[in-house]
Amino acid sequence: MPGLGASFGRGGATNFQEDLANSDCIVIEGSNMAECHPVGFQWVGEAKARGAKVIHIDPRFTRTSAIADLHVPLRIGTDIAFLGGLINHVLTNELYFKEYVVAYTNAAALVSQDFIDSEDLDGLFSGFDPERNLYDEASWQYEPEEPPHSGSDDPAGAAEQDRKEQDPEVKKTDKAQAAGSGGPPIAAKPKRDETLQHPRSVFQVLKRHFARYTPEMVAEVCGIEPEVFLQVARWVTENSGRERTTAWVYSVGWTQHSVGAQYIRTCSILQTLLGNIGRPGGGILALRGHASIQGSTDVPTLYNLLPGYLPMPHALQHGSLDEYCADAAGKAGFWGNKRAYMTSLLKAWWGDAATPENDFAFDYLPRIDGDHSSYRTITDMIKGKVSGYFLVGENPTVGHPNGRMNRFGLANLDWLVVRDLQMIESATFWKESPEIETGELAPETIGTEVFFVPAASHAEKEGTFTQTQRLLQWRHKAVEPPGDATSDLWFYFHLGRILRERLADSTDPRDRPLLDLTWDYPTHGPDQEPSADAILREINGTGPDGRAVSGYMELKDDGSTSCGCWIYSGVYADEVNQAARRKPGREQGPVAAEWGWAWPYNRRILYNRASADPDGKPWSERKAYVWWDEEAGRWTGLDNPDFEATKRPDYVPPEGARAQDAIGGADPFVMQGDGKAWLFAPAGVVDGPLPTHYEPAESVVENALYKQQANPTLERIEGPWNRENPPLSDVFPFQVTTYRLTEHHTAGGMSRTLPYLSELQPEFFVEVSPELAALRGLTNGEYATLVSSRTAIEAKVLVTERIRPIKLRDGQVVHQIGMPYHWSYSGLSTGDGANDLLGIVLDPNTHIQEDKVSTADIRPGRRPRGPELVDFVEGYRQRAGVPSGRVGVNGRDPVAAEAGEGSTL
Amino acid sequence: MTSISSASPAFTGRDPDNRLFGPLPDVQGEAGYDGDHPARVGFFTDTSVCIGCKACEVACKEWNTLPMDDAHGVRDVIGLSGMSYDNTGQLGANSWRHVAFIEQTRTVDLPMPTFGRPGDDRQDSGRSVPDGPNDDSLATAQQSSVLNAEALSEFDPQTGQSGTDKQIRWLMSSDVCKHCTHAGCLDVCPTGALFRTEFGTVVVQDDICNGCGYCVPSCPYGVIEQRKGDGRVFKCTMCYDRLTDGLQPACATACPTQSIQFGNLDELQARADARLATLKEQGVETARLYGRDEDDGVGGNGAFFLLLDEPEVYGLPPDPIVTTRDLPAMWKSAGAAAVMILGVALSAVLGSRRLR
Repeated sequence: MPGLGASFGRGGATNFQEDLANSDCIVIEGSNMAECHPVGFQWVGEAKARGAKVIHIDPRFTRTSAIADLHVPLRIGTDIAFLGGLINHVLTNELYFKEYVVAYTNAAALVSQDFIDSEDLDGLFSGFDPERNLYDEASWQYEPEEPPHSGSDDPAGAAEQDRKEQDPEVKKTDKAQAAGSGGPPIAAKPKRDETLQHPRSVFQVLKRHFARYTPEMVAEVCGIEPEVFLQVARWVTENSGRERTTAWVYSVGWTQHSVGAQYIRTCSILQTLLGNIGRPGGGILALRGHASIQGSTDVPTLYNLLPGYLPMPHALQHGSLDEYCADAAGKAGFWGNKRAYMTSLLKAWWGDAATPENDFAFDYLPRIDGDHSSYRTITDMIKGKVSGYFLVGENPTVGHPNGRMNRFGLANLDWLVVRDLQMIESATFWKESPEIETGELAPETIGTEVFFVPAASHAEKEGTFTQTQRLLQWRHKAVEPPGDATSDLWFYFHLGRILRERLADSTDPRDRPLLDLTWDYPTHGPDQEPSADAILREINGTGPDGRAVSGYMELKDDGSTSCGCWIYSGVYADEVNQAARRKPGREQGPVAAEWGWAWPYNRRILYNRASADPDGKPWSERKAYVWWDEEAGRWTGLDNPDFEATKRPDYVPPEGARAQDAIGGADPFVMQGDGKAWLFAPAGVVDGPLPTHYEPAESVVENALYKQQANPTLERIEGPWNRENPPLSDVFPFQVTTYRLTEHHTAGGMSRTLPYLSELQPEFFVEVSPELAALRGLTNGEYATLVSSRTAIEAKVLVTERIRPIKLRDGQVVHQIGMPYHWSYSGLSTGDGANDLLGIVLDPNTHIQEDKVSTADIRPGRRPRGPELVDFVEGYRQRAGVPSGRVGVNGRDPVAAEAGEGSTL
Repeated sequence: MTSISSASPAFTGRDPDNRLFGPLPDVQGEAGYDGDHPARVGFFTDTSVCIGCKACEVACKEWNTLPMDDAHGVRDVIGLSGMSYDNTGQLGANSWRHVAFIEQTRTVDLPMPTFGRPGDDRQDSGRSVPDGPNDDSLATAQQSSVLNAEALSEFDPQTGQSGTDKQIRWLMSSDVCKHCTHAGCLDVCPTGALFRTEFGTVVVQDDICNGCGYCVPSCPYGVIEQRKGDGRVFKCTMCYDRLTDGLQPACATACPTQSIQFGNLDELQARADARLATLKEQGVETARLYGRDEDDGVGGNGAFFLLLDEPEVYGLPPDPIVTTRDLPAMWKSAGAAAVMILGVALSAVLGSRRLR
């Protein structure tokens, strides 16, 4: 999300899947679209039928590769080197879309003279603090055109916020995620050199930064022959420009890395240089892994975000609403209206109790004081700092890396609520997990009280999904949920109702936030089901007259409007549930704007102002999408313009213009402080303004580009239950990657219990190349044991030439093992948990785990059972020079083991 | 049209209306339906766009409430086949759609030692299909062009060029009952459980089937099978129940890539011919239609396929022939034999009398 957010201003996919049919070339990289998004993949098929080239770049030859014109087998974890090679190719050969780059990107902006590039610091950027492994981003700023914050309504407050933003305690909370809808705030618009020749112009900085990413370097790092690299380069560049567009598709194959956000940044830079953003058949599609994953960040389940990507207030930074809004107040772009969005949110939640006098109840909001992300919380559980936990549609003991550590966490709670369709492993860990056999967990000593609450499935409740392309689609209830199963809405509404009833007489001020909540949703039916429709309307927002507002432009900061999620404002425009619209595609154009509703403002392609040239004319007839209609005095076209409808293309902001009025008529990236797509990110990405190739934390290869081996800012979680395999280790000599299969769903709760799906992929297996099979004596269809510093697991072996060793230029052969992660001990289709093998290291921008690449050993036969398993793994740790992983009962007690340190308690 | 008559061509040895073999323009009419029956329908399965998602297998089982494999829900009975991603194995009483996965790889000689793969010691994975008869042309095409990057674009669109040194194809194909023009199963069914529907499809009625199993060996494709523990035979009905309600079969509805297309057979045939022409134009020399030819051994199929390799590669018989084709000849021979036996017997009897 920060990758796209910092580049373009919003974290969502720029285009919609149906639009892939308009692409002239589709590159699928970091995604196995045919297997994991088979329904959306039909549009790739459509494009192919129309003559588009389809390229699949992936370590494995998958069902996506089978349909692609070209499969490019790259070494796991080297996408930045590959994409950087393409950027260098485009810059060196002047294949970029010049007019687009000059007009719509920050290529012309000048960077501060304090900035030092990673080329000059052997893999580090200026501002690195080696003690804390953090960057001070001050030197990455633009050279300002005006005094910093002079565009702000509160320059002093904004400067103070800037300073606090760099506080290590604040940085821990991943503020970059707030770029989901609204680029990171910048102090001032930059000085520019429209000729792009100034040595400190972003364009020249970019050129120097990527100069060493040559085809030969790509061959050395990625294991891709120059011929194949140049073939990709040719197809992509030939299919970009005025007349043609190329689309890039990624999914968790990019995000789940210790440099995941930078993978996406690299792609953003390339697609921007090629002029493919904001145009039909172009863009970057972030395919989300579940039905409403986009929705779960829009109206977030993340600890550091409020709805609409408003940051969660921080204890050190945000004492008041004024302080909270100071960084953005009045500044160019739509973030300039932050106060209106926040005030309206507070009004939606606390209604009449939110008044100008009490800062609209801003102090009712909890504050965060550090990292409380998922994995940190698991660690805190083991340390006894967390008493209760809700698991809703999540099966962490299977789906999270390091299942053993996750089970230790759950075993040290007071209570645990699991809401799921099936009795998943995260609800039965206390009696059935593998650690019970090894003696590391003892049911009689686990104090966690587990409440299993059966949940209704998607067909048994109503509400919206927000899918991959920001599209909200309403689904009606088809059948009543079975037995005691209930919707999540029912559960939380009545939980809140009961808590409020219990506290009704309380005079304790700490109970006011709960008691003052607007909690008056209408209910229906014998089970008092709350109205999802009423909640969608609350999310949309209402104006002073009590009517639904038509969009966030109507929101005010004086408390006269309310809105539960500003970016969703408009989903209930005209008092109509716009998400429930289902006009068939054949009755409307290919954009199908009357099917569901997409945020923001039902715009299907973001930044579509860029589909026209600076004068407002389409770049070409073939790729016409949104253009300026001089006669009508407004933007028009196939989609809703992602621009103020009547802002002329020649509009120049007057002196002192505020918020959206400070964005010029030829600046398509309206959420950015300078209206431009960012080739260089002066803010918003914590591990560097430009992407740099680092090896994964667990890599068997030395970084060929820099002395810096791995991301210097990557986050580690240390403890005996989360040991890391050392890089370049002979003990763990093979790379492992994890993934999903079409036949199962993530951690298996929705598929391993179903006979029709279980029989299609009945057992846990790993995929290895014939070469690795020969090297290690593995036999197709027989068992193998995989070992890491965490544990050992066993799996059936599938030997296939679709997995291939990568031979690097210096002769090193890298063997890669493929490992689908769906299994555990419950259900019809069972096996060891692939994720038990993995450790937890995190991308510093997102706290997303690097589970797409790790190391392990593999050997034929089954793994040891019981306590022998612990000794077996400990032996591996000793040989690899890794500290002991022995723990006491339930992972908690210190262990004075002869092997080394105990737990960190 | 000829109606059902006891003067079976099998007995008469004459089949001028192709009732046992050869093209048959109106299968329903031949089966006794009057002139205003619906058009013959079918499946065109275009394997060149199949992504192997198996949605057809699942949709079929869901709609037809088929049991899980032969395991009947018992966990230990199911297990990894070790054959690529195919864990169903074949069509059967409980699997009326089956997606085959065939992995093919071909090493390319690379005159580039510094970038070469460890190909010399490469072993066959054991599941790769042996090189088919089309190999030579492909290998030659590749060898002459591998260093010419432009030529990468000219490869078979179903062939992933994986690196410069290796060609990989992962063929996927959803198999199904062929609903033959001359259906051996139907011809031999003694109970009338198998019948030709008004849509031209072949359906088993499970309340009439007595489990005799005659149909099993008579299917040239090995499709129809007796269910274990039950004895009766089951196979694809082309969702007869859905067709009568104006719906499409479940598999075709579920297919996300239009690999499985359902419709009137003549329209599907035209579409398939066009698709084949397009692929040939794109240089996919290996593409072919299977079951499309009404002059084949079963008079053409109601469910036919576009394949990218020899039928055997997909586990399909290369030259299926309806078992009843030879009935007239067999009856003729049998008749001649009977006459001969009768003659021998008569002469023996008469001769013995004479001797007496």
